[in-house]
Amino acid sequence: MTIADPQTDDVEAPQLLGPWALMWRKFRRHRVAYLSLWLVGFIYVLALFGDFFAPEKLDDTNRRGIFAPPQGIHLFAEREDGSRVFQLHAKARKVQVDQATMRRSYVEVPGEIIPLGFFVDGYEYKLLGLIPANTHFFGPKDPDDVVYFFGADRLGRDILSRIIIGTKISMSIGLVGVAISLVIGVSLGGLSGYYGGWIDNLIQRLIEFLRSIPTIPLWMGLAAAIPLGWPPLRTYLVVTIIVSMIGWTSLAREVRGKFLSLRNEDFIVAARLDGLTDWEVIRKHMIPSFSSHIIASLTLAVPLMILAETSLSFLGIGLQPPIVSWGTLLKEAQNIRTIIEAPWLLIAPGTMIVIAVLALNFLGDGLRDAADPHAH
Amino acid sequence: MLGFLYRRILYMIPTVFLVSVVTFLIIQLPPGDYLDTLAAELADQGGLDEATAQALRDQYGLGQPFYVQYYKWITGILFDWNFGISFEKNVPVNDLIWDRLGWTFGISILTLLFIWIVALPIGIYSAVRKYSVGDYAATFFGFIGLAVPNFLLALVMMYIAFKYFGQSVGGLYSPEYIGAPWSWDKFIDLLKHLWMPIVVVGTSGAAALIRIMRANLLDEIYRPYVVTARAKGMSEFQLLMRYPVRVALNPFVSTIGWILPTLVSGEIIVAVVMNLPTTGPLLLRALLVQDMYLAGSLILIVSLLTVLGTLISDLLLAWIDPRIRYQ
Repeated sequence: MTIADPQTDDVEAPQLLGPWALMWRKFRRHRVAYLSLWLVGFIYVLALFGDFFAPEKLDDTNRRGIFAPPQGIHLFAEREDGSRVFQLHAKARKVQVDQATMRRSYVEVPGEIIPLGFFVDGYEYKLLGLIPANTHFFGPKDPDDVVYFFGADRLGRDILSRIIIGTKISMSIGLVGVAISLVIGVSLGGLSGYYGGWIDNLIQRLIEFLRSIPTIPLWMGLAAAIPLGWPPLRTYLVVTIIVSMIGWTSLAREVRGKFLSLRNEDFIVAARLDGLTDWEVIRKHMIPSFSSHIIASLTLAVPLMILAETSLSFLGIGLQPPIVSWGTLLKEAQNIRTIIEAPWLLIAPGTMIVIAVLALNFLGDGLRDAADPHAH
Repeated sequence: MLGFLYRRILYMIPTVFLVSVVTFLIIQLPPGDYLDTLAAELADQGGLDEATAQALRDQYGLGQPFYVQYYKWITGILFDWNFGISFEKNVPVNDLIWDRLGWTFGISILTLLFIWIVALPIGIYSAVRKYSVGDYAATFFGFIGLAVPNFLLALVMMYIAFKYFGQSVGGLYSPEYIGAPWSWDKFIDLLKHLWMPIVVVGTSGAAALIRIMRANLLDEIYRPYVVTARAKGMSEFQLLMRYPVRVALNPFVSTIGWILPTLVSGEIIVAVVMNLPTTGPLLLRALLVQDMYLAGSLILIVSLLTVLGTLISDLLLAWIDPRIRYQ
């Protein structure tokens, strides 16, 4: 045999795993975290290709769908001769208005079904803002039919579609906010830890100060200052900056701690004695040695930002209605009477937030465990 | 200890000053002032005439540079205990805020007690019985507590209370007790309403503290001194309470510092949802109509009291842990 068996090859020369590969191996063993990684990935795919997954158009109102309750998906349809055949469908419904109380109720029309399918035609959109398309992942086969999987709001807009489209804003606020936190946190934390002395003292007092103010009143004050007339994009950016104002402090503290403990390590002292400049020491030796840790902390910061945005938008001082985010969706469910009439307004976006935040938390926890070389 | 106290109080002075400046800056941020809001509101009824507007402007010192307004405001507070006037309600801020601040901090402190009572035993349990069913349940509860935003939890609990228990929701009293003189029944009614905001605000804090307590205790219970004590025949419960729990409790106390701001924040947003007569709804309304002295005073006092709470927790920590006060 001239061709070496790959397996024996492995035994002869054991593979040397780099720190990232080791981390990845450790991370995969953490099952919940690994699952969360897929879930988070899926949510971001949902955010990227929102229009593809949304069955209905974002702002399509429907007078025959006001506060329509969620509809189930049925697997088997009954033919006229009584035999059952596999056909995804929803039951067709019609509105009945009680004349005395003016309450609406939706009753199923016997025998009438709305066939559902995958990759169906629907409204036209631009995939990733570039490619014109009208195919949707799942929905009624006839584009004129409307099915409310998660119910509808007071204007008869489909909640599921709105949640899917809102994913883009809600999840990206987390990312953009974390990016801002990263820049401020790493630079201030690094300065603080590397130089020490009065710079350290000043930055630490600043952090203590920011942390001692209750966040909600501070955010409320800042967010209330956003003029209502601003274009959505600018409001979005300002809200993101506001929610990241607190996030950077904990990151800065961690970076400072890392700098302090690394500063006197032998390899750093050696690098400095070799004549490297401060910047080179930081860039070539310090940052690589704690970047995995930073990534874990950042992942844990994302859900905090998402929750912050949601709270602000819910109070009506964050993002404003033409923008759709999970927070603005929950704003529809602000009073108890609406919730009792249409609980799905609360349950559907609420569940989505909890799932996203949980998945990000598990992911961050797993990454942190994997990044810690001393954990067992 | 005294030196530590002085140093700590000295550190507080610039913080307090900064808080007041930032607060004032924030309430000044929106373009225009309350008079613009008023003019917009009165526009339907013929509008605000220029002379009246100018008179009001002079009276409140609006339209002057930032530092002049700040100076007027802060000296008024410091020397006359005068927080200015609420534009919208046209009464001194003093008359509006203290009741509500009392409730906010009352509820926050009760919540803190609730968190301790819940987190301490559960934290100890899940550390001692690591990987037991109870531990997993506590961990699960912890993650849920961290993932559900306060206001969402409040809404869900209100929905459940209304739908399945038929309880009146929102507010601190049932309608029939509002304005009624204090009586035993009213007190019971208050308790019936009060538990819900406390549980809602406390859940995430309790979840975090359980995790901290568990981690701290896990660091301690495998130490040699514990093994030694056990080998000498000390009963397990006594051993646990006397040494590892006491050591693990240290970081527990220090968390008051960061947990208090979160509680106050949580209380404010939950109060808006549950319509409690506390700072939350008042502050939100004041911010929305640019009633700046009212909003500013609320943010200032809430922040100051939080800073004070942090100070107390630091002192408490220094008192129980000599390593800190001699640093």
